[in-house]
Amino acid sequence: MKILVCVKQVPDMESSFRVNAAGDWLDERDLAFRMNEYDEFAVEQAIRLKEQEGGAPDVTVLSIGPARVVEAIKKALAMGADRGVHIQDDRAHEKDPWQIASAIAAFARDKAFDFVFTGFQSQDRGSAQVGALVAEMLDYACATTLVSFDWDGTSVTADRELEQGILGRVRFRPPAVVTCQLNLNTPRYPTLPNIMKARQKELLAFPVGDLLKESPMSSTGKLYPPEKKSHGRILEGEVGALADQLVAILKSETGVLH
Amino acid sequence: MKALLICEFQDGKLLEGYRELLGFAESLGVEASLLVIGNEAILPPFAGRIYLADSAKYNEFDPDAHKRLALAVVDKERPDVIALLHTSYGWDLAPRLAAGLKAALISEVVGLVEGGYEVTACNAKLRRSVLPQTETAVVTLQAGAFPAAGPGSGSPQVERIELPEAAPARIEFLGYIPAEKKDVDLTRAEVIVSAGRGLGKKENVGLVEALAKAFKGEVAATRPVVHAGWLSDSHLVGITGQTVAPKLYVACGISGAIQHQVGMRKSAFIVAINKDRDAPIGELADVLVVADVLQFLPALTARLAKP
Repeated sequence: MKILVCVKQVPDMESSFRVNAAGDWLDERDLAFRMNEYDEFAVEQAIRLKEQEGGAPDVTVLSIGPARVVEAIKKALAMGADRGVHIQDDRAHEKDPWQIASAIAAFARDKAFDFVFTGFQSQDRGSAQVGALVAEMLDYACATTLVSFDWDGTSVTADRELEQGILGRVRFRPPAVVTCQLNLNTPRYPTLPNIMKARQKELLAFPVGDLLKESPMSSTGKLYPPEKKSHGRILEGEVGALADQLVAILKSETGVLH
Repeated sequence: MKALLICEFQDGKLLEGYRELLGFAESLGVEASLLVIGNEAILPPFAGRIYLADSAKYNEFDPDAHKRLALAVVDKERPDVIALLHTSYGWDLAPRLAAGLKAALISEVVGLVEGGYEVTACNAKLRRSVLPQTETAVVTLQAGAFPAAGPGSGSPQVERIELPEAAPARIEFLGYIPAEKKDVDLTRAEVIVSAGRGLGKKENVGLVEALAKAFKGEVAATRPVVHAGWLSDSHLVGITGQTVAPKLYVACGISGAIQHQVGMRKSAFIVAINKDRDAPIGELADVLVVADVLQFLPALTARLAKP
């Protein structure tokens, strides 16, 4: 069985973000980067499937971006993927989801992957498009937002997360693209021996221009902080005084304290 | 300009979100038609054209068939913009349509800008304007971003849509699994004190529980807190959990991701406690207390205990 996992490296969401000089993306100085949280579940599910299948496992992990994204690839290798593919692109942030999906599909097209796993969305852009677009481009089945995945050797039975706690159960066969929601599984931590082993694994690199022939369907105008439309008051100071102030406000304005 | 609005039909019901799609078309000032994959009995009052496909034949969830139905309608209607809600149905179907049309897809739109759409980035800490480069654009709308249109009136002009030939469903829909019965009914609580990732660790959730008790309220949580196992998912407020509107909502160490905001922004009075005065929750808060939540919560609980 051949499996592809697509991962993105994103800035830590707890960061304070600044916009770059061009006004179209983040100023990356001082940002810490990590694997997109949703993609961790994708890597874990791919490794679990490989373990379930035994035999000749073959999990390729792919990421698009500048040199730093190799760290995300290495993490997936340390979790148990067999081979890394770095599609080198220093200007990946200027690509739209259509272009990113095209590059992935161009890589995957002649490789007969049975399953392609990826996160349901990225934490930075959150477009939730790339997985389904890759499926359309490869003419694969596509199941999105999965919170369970049960492979019986022929087909997958899985639950999609809908709204208000409702699930939708689906069944599909490979070849398929699967997009993973948080809580699909519990991603493993790479152990030290596995981190060492990962250093020996194959890591291929291609310039993005070798794979990407498509023009963008959309472009970023600018990136900016939201307009502050809060009518709210901001209280600052020593916690005891703050508690007094807040209780006074709640008493006069909410009717929940008497 | 013309808009095609793709409605959602789930478990035999037309979902109310179609009114937000109509609100979006009103905001754009364009003529709208609807695609409903459902049945005649559930069609809403609407003075316009509704394309109707039978869900008994095409199922409530069959992305490949629904894509083909929508493409058939686009072919007749020639809309400039095709809108869906950014829901599990919408984000699943929209990329398939965009691929079929070779059209721009702009996801989770929160507003309109000159020549394009506004979306959020980085956990709602930033906004991004996105400009379609194609004549037709597909958009998905964030829940609540556009005001729901009124109930509507008039009787629609119904046009039935059929596919020329059936294809086997690659994604076979086996059915819905209802939400687990909640042991906590947050929808009736007058006061909700809600725990976010900013509490740091499970042991600190006790501070939230103590404050909730002092208010005689209930404890809620964000998705990361539930995900980390600090509280059970019956406490979850947000898109995938409960939607609440208490008299008072106290957000403790919650940055204010959109997924959470959607579940609590109708609360009558919102207090946010966060050490980051730029946290997105500040946009919603009536009062933002800029403080370390671990220090402030015990102080507030103690203050409430005083007569």
